[in-house]
Amino acid sequence: MRHMFLRFFSRIGFSVFASLIGALFALPLIWFLFAPFNARAELGLAIPNPFTLSNFVTVFNNTFAIRGLWNSLIQSVGGVIFVGVSATLAAYALSRSNMPGKSAVTYVLLLFSSVVSGSAAMVPIFLIVNSVGLIDTHISVILVFAGGLLPTAMFILRDFIDGIPKSYEESAMVAGASPVQAFFDVALPVIRPGIVVIVVWSFVNIWGSFLIPFILLRSSEKMPASVAIYSFYSEAGTPIVTLLAAYALLYSLPVVALYLFVSWKFGFRFFGGIKA
Amino acid sequence: MAPATILVAVFVIAPFFWVIFVSFTNRTLLGRTAVNPEFVGLANYISLFDPVSFFQRGQFGFSLILTTQFVILSALVGQALLGMLLAWLLQSVPKGVKSITETFVIAAWILPEVVIGFAWFAFLDYDNGTLNMIMESLGLPPGDWLLQQPFWVIVIFNVWRGAAFSMMLFNSAFASIPPSYFQAADVAGASSWQKFRDIGLPLIRGHVVTVLILITMWTFNTFTPFLLTNGGPSYRTELISIYTYRVAFRDFDFGKGAAVGVIIMLINLVFALIYLSLGRKRAKGVKT
Repeated sequence: MRHMFLRFFSRIGFSVFASLIGALFALPLIWFLFAPFNARAELGLAIPNPFTLSNFVTVFNNTFAIRGLWNSLIQSVGGVIFVGVSATLAAYALSRSNMPGKSAVTYVLLLFSSVVSGSAAMVPIFLIVNSVGLIDTHISVILVFAGGLLPTAMFILRDFIDGIPKSYEESAMVAGASPVQAFFDVALPVIRPGIVVIVVWSFVNIWGSFLIPFILLRSSEKMPASVAIYSFYSEAGTPIVTLLAAYALLYSLPVVALYLFVSWKFGFRFFGGIKA
Repeated sequence: MAPATILVAVFVIAPFFWVIFVSFTNRTLLGRTAVNPEFVGLANYISLFDPVSFFQRGQFGFSLILTTQFVILSALVGQALLGMLLAWLLQSVPKGVKSITETFVIAAWILPEVVIGFAWFAFLDYDNGTLNMIMESLGLPPGDWLLQQPFWVIVIFNVWRGAAFSMMLFNSAFASIPPSYFQAADVAGASSWQKFRDIGLPLIRGHVVTVLILITMWTFNTFTPFLLTNGGPSYRTELISIYTYRVAFRDFDFGKGAAVGVIIMLINLVFALIYLSLGRKRAKGVKT
C-alpha cells in the first residue's frame, strides 16, 4: 500500500517537474504569441488590447518584406529541387549498382560533409562563388545549399532504398520494362516517403538559414526573409517591434506547418533528429 | 549520379582544398592582393598562434578557448544532461504533460535561428524584457544580461536551443531497450532512479558517446549566437565561427580567415572520425 502511494506521488512529482522544464522552455517564446497581434507592441510582455491584425496588414503592404518571403521561397524551393532530384538519382545508383567500393564512397562523402561546415567553408565558398561571378544571385545560394545538403540526403535515401528488395524492379524488367521504366514506375513510388523526408528536411534547413545568404547576397531585392528581417530597424537602430514580431511569425509559419505535417506522418523523433 | 557528383565536388570537396590553398596566401577582398594573391607560407598560421597576442580579446586563442568553454558547458553539460533528463522524465508522465513539454522544447529547436535570436533579444531586454519582469516580481534585481553576462547568456541560450536534439537522440536510445526489462524492475518495486541507474544508463552507454560527439560538432560550428550578441560586447561572445566571419568578411583578410577555417576543419575531422568509427563498430556488432 505504501508502495502504491509512493509511486503515485512520484508520478505527480515527475509531472510537475516536467511541466516546470516545459515552462522554462516556453518563457522566451511567449512574447511571440502576443506581440504580433498588438498594435502597440514593445519588447515587454503585454496582452494585446485590442487584439488586432493591423501589424500583419503593415507587413503585407511592405513590398520589401513580402519580397523577402518570396526570395526565401525561391531559394528553398530551388534548393529542394536540386537536392531532391540529384539525391534520388545518386542514392538509387549507389544502392543498386555493383560498383566496387560504394560503401567507401558514402563514408568519404559523410566525412567531407561533416568536416566542411559552414563556419569552416564560408571563405572558400564565397571565393568560389565570386570567381564564377555568381555573387548576389539566387542560384548561388541554391547551389551552395544543394551541395552542402546532398551528402546527408543521399545517405538517408540510400538507407531507404537498401531496404527495398531488388526483386521489385527485377520482376518488372522480366515483364519487359526497361531499366528507366523500372525506376520511374516501380522503384520511385516505393521510395516516395524517403523523398518526402529529405525534401522537408532540406526545405526547413534552407528556409531557416542565415549565414550563407548573408555572405553571398548583396542587393536588398534578393535577400531572403532571414536577412531582410534586419531591415526592420529604425534609423536610430532600434527595432520596429510591431513589424518585426508579425513578420517573424509569418516567416516561422511554413516551418511549423511542415513540422506538424511530419509529426503527423512519421512521428516527431525523426524530424529533429536529423536536422543539420 | 552525375548532377550529385558535380554539386558535391564543387561545393563540398573543392572548398575543402581551396580553403587550405587560400590559407597560405594573403588574399583580400579588395586591392592588389584580391586579384594577385601572393604565397605567404605559414604567415597566417604564425599570426594566429602569435604568443604575444594569442590570449588577448578578439584574437584567435581567446576565441578558441571561449569556444571550448562554450562547447563543454552548453553542449556536454547542459544539452546532454537536460536532454537525458527530459528523455527519461517524459517516458513516465501523463500524455498531456509530455506533449506540451515536448512541443516547447522542440519549438526552440525547429524555429528559424533569426526568429529565436529576436525572441531572446526581447526576452532579455533591460527595460521591458520578460526575464526582468519575472525577476522584479520575485523581488530580485533586474540585470542587463547581454552586457553583464554575455557568455552565460549564450551558454544558456544554446542549451535552450539544442536540448531538443539530445532529448530526441536519447529518446530513441531508450526506446531501443526491451520494455520487458523495465516491467521486471517494476514488479521488483524499483524506483525510477534505480531503473535509470541499473537498466537505462548502462544499456544506452554506447549511444551516449555518439550523442555527445554529435552535439559537440553541432555546437562547435554554430553561428546562431551571432544573431543575439554580434560577438560582443568587446569580443566576449566571439565564438570561433563568429571570429572567422569577422576576420574574413569585416576585416577582409581572407587568407587569415581561411587559416582559421583549416583549423576548424581539423577539429571537425577528429570528431567525425571518432563518430564514423563508432558507427562502423556498431554496424559490425549487429552483424556478428
